[in-house]
Amino acid sequence: MQEMNNEKKPLIVAFCCNWCSYAGADLAGSSRLSYPADVKIIRVPCSCRVNPMFILKAFQRGADGVIICGCHPGDCHYTTGNYYARRRMSLLFSMLDYLGIERERTRVEWVSAAEGAKFSAVMNDFAGKIAELGENKRLEDLRCKD
Amino acid sequence: MQRLKTAMIEKATALLTSGEVSKVLGWKKGELGFDVEPAVFTSVDSLVDFTYDAFCGANLSKYLVEESKKEGKILVFLKPCDSYSFNQLIKEHRIKKENVYTVGIECQGKVDPYKLKENGIEFVTDASETVDTVTVNGKEFKKEEIILGKCLTCTKKLLSYDDVISFNEKREPSLDRFEMVKKLEAMTADERYAFWKDQLSNCIRCNACRNVCPACTCTKCVFDNDNSGIASKANSDSFEEKMFHIIRAFHVAGRCTDCGECSRVCPQHIPLHLLNRKFISDIDRLYGEYQAGEDTESKGPLTNYTTGDVDPSDVFGGK
Repeated sequence: MQEMNNEKKPLIVAFCCNWCSYAGADLAGSSRLSYPADVKIIRVPCSCRVNPMFILKAFQRGADGVIICGCHPGDCHYTTGNYYARRRMSLLFSMLDYLGIERERTRVEWVSAAEGAKFSAVMNDFAGKIAELGENKRLEDLRCKD
Repeated sequence: MQRLKTAMIEKATALLTSGEVSKVLGWKKGELGFDVEPAVFTSVDSLVDFTYDAFCGANLSKYLVEESKKEGKILVFLKPCDSYSFNQLIKEHRIKKENVYTVGIECQGKVDPYKLKENGIEFVTDASETVDTVTVNGKEFKKEEIILGKCLTCTKKLLSYDDVISFNEKREPSLDRFEMVKKLEAMTADERYAFWKDQLSNCIRCNACRNVCPACTCTKCVFDNDNSGIASKANSDSFEEKMFHIIRAFHVAGRCTDCGECSRVCPQHIPLHLLNRKFISDIDRLYGEYQAGEDTESKGPLTNYTTGDVDPSDVFGGK
């Protein structure tokens, strides 16, 4: 959660693939489509670059939701990266659910560079869900909070 | 069990005498009946301390990571669960196979000293076993009552070996290994969170689970890195160790053979194998049945993919 004008706003971390979703975010911007300012984008070379520890660390540092955006399966810039990411994230998110962490806090979406509208829609939807869920209490780390 | 031990000592003596091996990896008697420990024997004379009984639960395969790199061939005795870990370590190029002489030995479940304590036995002076019972200090127990959790669900067979010592006495598993995982999955998220908070907040970060795990053989472990942000020991929150356990379980996902050593050594009795079994059951469900360590060739589920894999958002049956 981040505090703005004494109002708590959700903090969302989005890992975006350089070759698709990051460009998709650009397209959303240049098409004047809005997405919430709570979304902090981290550019990664491929969705496969996302180490499960990155996600846990984001939660530890106060993120309320983490979304990973990559190329559609079959369209990976590196041919197969997102296939591996898909397996990893399926297992990790299933494990987080198993530990009782709200499953809506994590998401994987495939967004291509041409899908600016989808990017904006996905982010708006995800931010809405996270706002409903409220502050992330189950994976927080008190040492990292103010 | 006595005849198995005798046969093992005979085998070790013969191989040491002939010079085929120069060391033997097995179990050594402790001062009390239950504190047997893994040990390397280098001479025929030292084999007087060699033992094999109902308390030899320790998995010997991880010791081979170090021992097989030393000079001379080493004889190792592998229980069924150890042989899966052994295969997995061969697959990951952690053991020099040409330096190891493997002998498979059968196992009918190993006693959990903590369960004995619950049954009022603090010190073991005398123990003997049959396929379905164990007699400790003159008191007879059924195997189901006092064996380790990992043995209750064991369906493992002896796999790779140069030689085998067996009298074909196999104990059938009394429980389904995914029973508890299914039970947890059926709970609500709040109940699961309460369950894990209750369990994992007992963790004292002794690292025993990591140190004993045959899948955890990195020379530089992520948890030894002071900058990782998770290695610190100062807890401000009793449930902080969750990160450690999620990451550790994920690191061995797809490679865990379900040998159950993590839960066996945990001084706080945290059912850590339930984390690993969740990954195993998910892998079986989503990517087809896979038993790590069953062979030394196949690709692990996380280093492999198919184009038709299930989407993360569909894992729970749709968003």
